[in-house]
Amino acid sequence: MADHSSSVFSQIARAPEDPILGVTVAYNKDSDTSKLNLGVGAYRTEEGKPLVLNVVRQAEQKLVNDPSRVKEYLPIVGLADFNKGSAKLIFGADSPAIQENRVTTVQCLSGTGSLRVGGEFLAKHYYEKTVYIPSPTWGNHPKIFTLAGLSVKTYRYYDPATRGLDFQGLLEDLGNAPTGAIVLLHACAHNPTGVDPTLDQWEQIRKLMRSKGLLPFFDSAYQGFASGSLDADAQSVRMFVADGGECFAAQSYAKNMGLYGERVGALSIVCKTADVASRVESQLKLVIRPMYSSPPLHGASIVATILKDSNLYNEWTVELKAMADRIISMRKQLLEALQARGTPGDWTHIIKQIGMFTFTGLNAEQVAFMTREYHIYMTSDGLENQHGWSKFKDCTSSCGCYACCCYPCCVNKHVLLET
Amino acid sequence: MFRFAFKKKKKKCTKENKSIKRIALSLYLRIPISSVSHPHQNSVGYLFHRTTHHTHSLQTDLCNPPKTPSIFNLQSMAIRAALTRRPITSSTLQAASRSISSWWKNVEPAPKDPILGVTEAFLADTSPHKVNVGVGAYRDDNGKPVVLECVREAERRVAGNLNMEYLPMGGCNNMVEETLKLAYGEHSDLIKDKRIAAIQALSGTGACRIFADFQKRFSPDSQIYIPVPTWSNHHNIWRDANVPQRTFHYYHPESKGLDFASLMDDVKNAPNGSFFLLHACAHNPTGVDPTVEQWKEISYQFKVKGHFAFFDMAYQGFASGDPERDAKSIRIFLEDGHLIGCSQSYAKNMGLYGQRVGCLSLVCEDEKQAVAVKSQLQQLARPMYSNPPVHGALIVSTILSDPDLKQLWLKEVKGMADRIIGMRTSLRENIEKLGSPLSWEHITNQIGMFCYSGMTPEQVDRLTKEFHIYMTRNGRISMAGVTSGNVEYLAKAIHEVTKAA
Repeated sequence: MADHSSSVFSQIARAPEDPILGVTVAYNKDSDTSKLNLGVGAYRTEEGKPLVLNVVRQAEQKLVNDPSRVKEYLPIVGLADFNKGSAKLIFGADSPAIQENRVTTVQCLSGTGSLRVGGEFLAKHYYEKTVYIPSPTWGNHPKIFTLAGLSVKTYRYYDPATRGLDFQGLLEDLGNAPTGAIVLLHACAHNPTGVDPTLDQWEQIRKLMRSKGLLPFFDSAYQGFASGSLDADAQSVRMFVADGGECFAAQSYAKNMGLYGERVGALSIVCKTADVASRVESQLKLVIRPMYSSPPLHGASIVATILKDSNLYNEWTVELKAMADRIISMRKQLLEALQARGTPGDWTHIIKQIGMFTFTGLNAEQVAFMTREYHIYMTSDGLENQHGWSKFKDCTSSCGCYACCCYPCCVNKHVLLET
Repeated sequence: MFRFAFKKKKKKCTKENKSIKRIALSLYLRIPISSVSHPHQNSVGYLFHRTTHHTHSLQTDLCNPPKTPSIFNLQSMAIRAALTRRPITSSTLQAASRSISSWWKNVEPAPKDPILGVTEAFLADTSPHKVNVGVGAYRDDNGKPVVLECVREAERRVAGNLNMEYLPMGGCNNMVEETLKLAYGEHSDLIKDKRIAAIQALSGTGACRIFADFQKRFSPDSQIYIPVPTWSNHHNIWRDANVPQRTFHYYHPESKGLDFASLMDDVKNAPNGSFFLLHACAHNPTGVDPTVEQWKEISYQFKVKGHFAFFDMAYQGFASGDPERDAKSIRIFLEDGHLIGCSQSYAKNMGLYGQRVGCLSLVCEDEKQAVAVKSQLQQLARPMYSNPPVHGALIVSTILSDPDLKQLWLKEVKGMADRIIGMRTSLRENIEKLGSPLSWEHITNQIGMFCYSGMTPEQVDRLTKEFHIYMTRNGRISMAGVTSGNVEYLAKAIHEVTKAA
């Protein structure tokens, strides 16, 4: 008799914690009352609490109170109103590509799901199986594309020496990429650096990519969140649509509508013709069906409700701008507080970076120090969520701003060497 | 410019201490994007403005047009337009880029999904007599979709009260715990001993897919044995996970029942340690389930062969009306000590179809292994969707944690199952009343949402074309779509297309 009592999986090793989501796991386990979570990218209010937008609550109430609403399966491509609204949001309501029916949009599970579905489609139907991702990028990007069946290479992006965009390096690396290679671009508020190309630089990138036939794949996770303006944050994407070429765009409503856990997003593929777009959509269904059959209903219904109602939409833009403004104000306050304490170093990058994150420049040891001594959690590459700072927290010294005490301690503990 | 170097304390002269980490604190020279205001943001004017500034350098391109299509086509058009003072319209942009053809022109139109495509076709039909017995979604006796009372109540409690933060990668813990109780038993030792690795999944599809990916990663040489027939998406799932597929005998067309002898042969002939996909209850599409005795024999043979059993349980509660009874096959395997895998779905039994709520679980040897396996399942979920949707999970969790709501749910599930059993009886009686020469007892022998009618694809096509009755071409009737209002019409149509057979 075969031994059925031992597991077929007995050799399996425990996987390491996800570098980003694992931070929250550790934070949740910490019983210290003054703990601070600056890890995962989720917005927090002044009081350090998660925020559900007013428009989302209103939309939710509308849905709950509507007895005619059912919970049937969505079509494989998701909620039609949601898809239309999402395309307009990213490409602009007057986009010729939309008017000419050249865009196919499918509802997916937030940004992650949109990237994965797009990646699997490319692995199946595109002749170039290499995707170029910026260095650095969100930690989940390489895993998503690898599991989708693509091979991943990097292009230079962040230059620690100039502390900005390594533009020449970027152009060189993309210039050396094989014709047709896929290129992942962060539409705005680059994660994790907060460094974005200028519009001029975007135009040069666009020219180069089109001349080499490189395929743009935009990840837009922060539209409206970066500058406070939905249109401004979509300029990079719209540039690539304006020239009549093809591109992919993954959208997420996790941050800009605060719908994190509902997993709401969309993948749009802009094609040359309406016929191509329709065929592409039919093939996207074959990718989605064996993954999860059809996307979840609730979050998309909320988004569609908001996008369709002009009052709710306008309210949303106001709430969005308030969130973006609070982040910008927090950046300023943190910088001022650091400077007031004479923390060694130049911290002005805190206000120059854009979006949810600050690439603090702290190293893994310093981050571990902050966690151990002050119960402040962030990812070990020093990436912290800017609005995780609350205004007033108990502090071990008399300054009144907890966070701004530990930075100096942290930095001062190590020997300062100027070169 | 400041540069910092940080050294560890000089006590030890280790390799790490020798390498000094340099952290350059940034001075970003970039101007934030929001402060840039470009006068010509829209597509019509943008290139016009841009290229008038480059007229001089690009005039040479007009004289020597590049051989390969490139962005310069666009710019040369812009210059031409600038010189003639005509604006660039999108059609001229299009004309310029027409020379670059689509990357996707060779993409074939995909065939419609055999199941979901049926509903699409049904919706497009304008006939007042149309009947949808295609997709497996429950309908009440008026043919209307149903939201359970317990679900409405749970939603009322959930809406407006909680935030929408990310769930952990493994999903809502409370929901997962309650879900395991349903499959493994309220007082299961496996649960007490924490031997089950489990994550919230995107309904049954998502659970099967994560399992298939897991199987590929950790048993890379294995293949999956799939019953014939099965839910068509099973094949897609394991194919996209790159797990090779084999089949085993299941349905016996002549008796419209279980081909038990051939099934057992296939189990015995498969190499030791093979992976098998089993439908825990209410087999889809046939509605044919093994008896308790047959399950015991299958379990025994699995022990002999050391096979791995993966149960897809999408209809717990829906088959007999009693969730405990519907889980019997799983309990038999657990009693025999099998370390099974299980996919559970709340799509049908809680009517949460569009919410995509389910659970994937794997029984392990001990708690430590369960922790390791769960961590690996999460590693597969992260690059697929990061973490699962919260809303549906909260509904399930609210219902199952509240004894009153749970009782209400059990009552409503039984109500749905009973209505279907009633419709089976009614359909069979109606066809027999019409004097059909064929045997229709399989309609009431089979169990669950589906009836495998035995009709051929051609007969199904006739049903659709002549009678506006929609079902999948394998002759599978979704009994949930049958009502007292349409059962006679359905019986008549079935009799019409089969009487000559």
